[in-house]
Amino acid sequence: MALVAASSQIDKPLIYKITGVWANHEGSMLLWVLILTLFGAAIALYGANLPERLKARVLAVQGMIGSGFLEFVLATSNPFSRLDPAPSDGQGMNPILQDPGLVLHPPFLYLGYVGFLVAFAFAVAALVEGRVDAAWARWVRPWVLAAWCFLTIGITLGSFWAYYVLGWGGWWFWDPVENVSFMPWLAGTALLHSALVVERRHALVNWTILLAILTFSLSLIGTFVVRSGVLTSVHSFAQDPARGVFILLLLVMATGGALTLYAVRIPHLKSGAPFAAVSREGSLALNNVLLVSAAATVFLGTFYPLLIDLFGRDKISVGPPFYARTFVPIMLPLLLAMVIGPALKWKRDLLSSPASKLRMALIAAIAAILIVAASTGGSHLLTALGLGLSMWIVAGSLAMVAQRIKLFRASAPASLALARHAPRSFYGMVIAHAGIGIVVGAITTVSTWQQENILMMKAGEAASIAGYSIMLREVSRMPGSNYDAERGIFDISRNGAPVAALAAERRFYPVQQQQTTQTGIHTSLISNIYVALGDPGEQGGWTVRIYYHPLAPWLWFGGMTMALGGFISLSDRRFRVGAPQRARSLHALAPAA
Amino acid sequence: MRWVFITAIAMSLFAPAARAVMPGEVLPDAALEARARNLSAELRCLVCQNQSIDDSAAPLARDLRMLVRERLVLGDTDEQVLSYLVARYGNYVLLKPPLQSDTLVLWIGPGLILALAGAVFAAYVRRSGRLADEPVAPLTDAERRQLAAHGGDD
Repeated sequence: MALVAASSQIDKPLIYKITGVWANHEGSMLLWVLILTLFGAAIALYGANLPERLKARVLAVQGMIGSGFLEFVLATSNPFSRLDPAPSDGQGMNPILQDPGLVLHPPFLYLGYVGFLVAFAFAVAALVEGRVDAAWARWVRPWVLAAWCFLTIGITLGSFWAYYVLGWGGWWFWDPVENVSFMPWLAGTALLHSALVVERRHALVNWTILLAILTFSLSLIGTFVVRSGVLTSVHSFAQDPARGVFILLLLVMATGGALTLYAVRIPHLKSGAPFAAVSREGSLALNNVLLVSAAATVFLGTFYPLLIDLFGRDKISVGPPFYARTFVPIMLPLLLAMVIGPALKWKRDLLSSPASKLRMALIAAIAAILIVAASTGGSHLLTALGLGLSMWIVAGSLAMVAQRIKLFRASAPASLALARHAPRSFYGMVIAHAGIGIVVGAITTVSTWQQENILMMKAGEAASIAGYSIMLREVSRMPGSNYDAERGIFDISRNGAPVAALAAERRFYPVQQQQTTQTGIHTSLISNIYVALGDPGEQGGWTVRIYYHPLAPWLWFGGMTMALGGFISLSDRRFRVGAPQRARSLHALAPAA
Repeated sequence: MRWVFITAIAMSLFAPAARAVMPGEVLPDAALEARARNLSAELRCLVCQNQSIDDSAAPLARDLRMLVRERLVLGDTDEQVLSYLVARYGNYVLLKPPLQSDTLVLWIGPGLILALAGAVFAAYVRRSGRLADEPVAPLTDAERRQLAAHGGDD
């Protein structure tokens, strides 16, 4: 088959022969359709407690999107087209994708994207029905939560992959391909919170429906944009319009259709229960305002250059400095407020009530700021504020637990009993929020105190970084299954005591005529030492890049903590009592990853 | 032939990550080198996908890094270095797009969206807040039974 010839090769390791299926456009569309079908089957099989009519409508919407995708695959990206005569070997897959991180990254991303399709299908079904109630929110929330967890894992894996494969120690580049997976995540996070308001208080109903439609639209855009090549060059895309036109048509039909239905039906839907500005609902609505603005900012930054390229006379780039000035200021109030929100009561509250509950967290945050500022002699004020923010989120989240179980205010057994009876969704929220705090702290630390040492090294020479001594023991040739490698062995020691030995490779893939790096990373769980082997020098020796990344492991640890919080919340009794089968259906899906 | 094209793009995106900020590139003057690094982070490696020249191994990125240092050694200010590069490569080289008529929407957009969303939020809450003050009819017995059947709410 043409596709196999183009993306595989005989001596490629088996695992990459399998994952090569979704490392290209046609195959990844196939994976998408497969996951979509599995989700559809899960709704059909395990949605026993759904009203028949709603279930039928949800499945119909799901099926419509599915057939649209199949049409797309058949018409423009046939993965089964044959190649005649049969070639003796294939071109092989881009070596940079031949990596364990990329084995799991796309399936998780798609599980997230397609999970949001379920929310979309529920939203459209509810619009057709003309009825949205708390039960609807309770049915749809586990799906949104599961999709969010999968997407969180997918993005975390992608970031980690970029970190150790690209060989430059970066973990987020604000690259359009990253951005288009980040937008559905931001919108999905907003959806997660607004659906909570619908479920508990039957407010923000119209908005939640709209958000469900938008989140899936962003997922659609994410899939297509990455797979169509429009980001690398608008013009190449315009020259080969078959796929592009189909993509736009599908997008317009799905999103446009849903939005039209929304416009027609929404005046007839009952708007939600009232609430005051200072209330749990109010804080969740503020969360939505900020998250949606953040998503819109990323959208603008990703697609504006394309617009200029297409219609303007200029060509511009939008990179990290833009997001530092727009995205970050929008996220900061969100990060501050995410601690206060859960401490507020539903419907109406006073700002003084979270103030007393969160006093300890506030003290911890201020202490963190003062300690960091003092120990750096006032030269790292922004770092001090960032770490204070991190402390505020982590301590504030834990304070909610202390509050809930009446720690030190009730007897120890009473507190224990309270802790046992707190719902899992509560613990899930606390853990996910703390995960964000961890990520904030890690970002602040690694961007302030990372060190690098780039030098030419010969065998036997040593370099130093952050108190460690790193000696290049030897560089030797190591043939791999479908590549040739030069492997450098580095001995890391601290004050003369050996710490670890690291291997860093540069690989050459002859079929693709391409070079990749395989970085060596030694992690102490607190910090990473990162070694990349570069080109040989003219007078012998090798270019070596050594980085010291304090708290870097916590970036991905924090991301995984967020997903863990989501899964714990997913196991909550509330989702099982009302929907005994659904929780199991999600577990049944997991092996599909 | 599409895959040829896609592979070509993919290869140019992931140019071999081996030629780094070479040891030889680093300027002896630490202050000047620090300025060079800061400038490099704001300049796009033109053949890469959204990587700065400080983060890229592509040969072109290396040439640009050398050029930046060359200009700095000649005594250019940061602004002069940037305008020197823009004059040769266009605004495309800047990772922070300049504020001009056709990027106005890009720069004002985020603030505008936030203000708009904030205004909608404020209006909704003001209206809703008034309603929240009105007394609510207590649950009927039937509703109470229904609630109990659902296991209540925490």
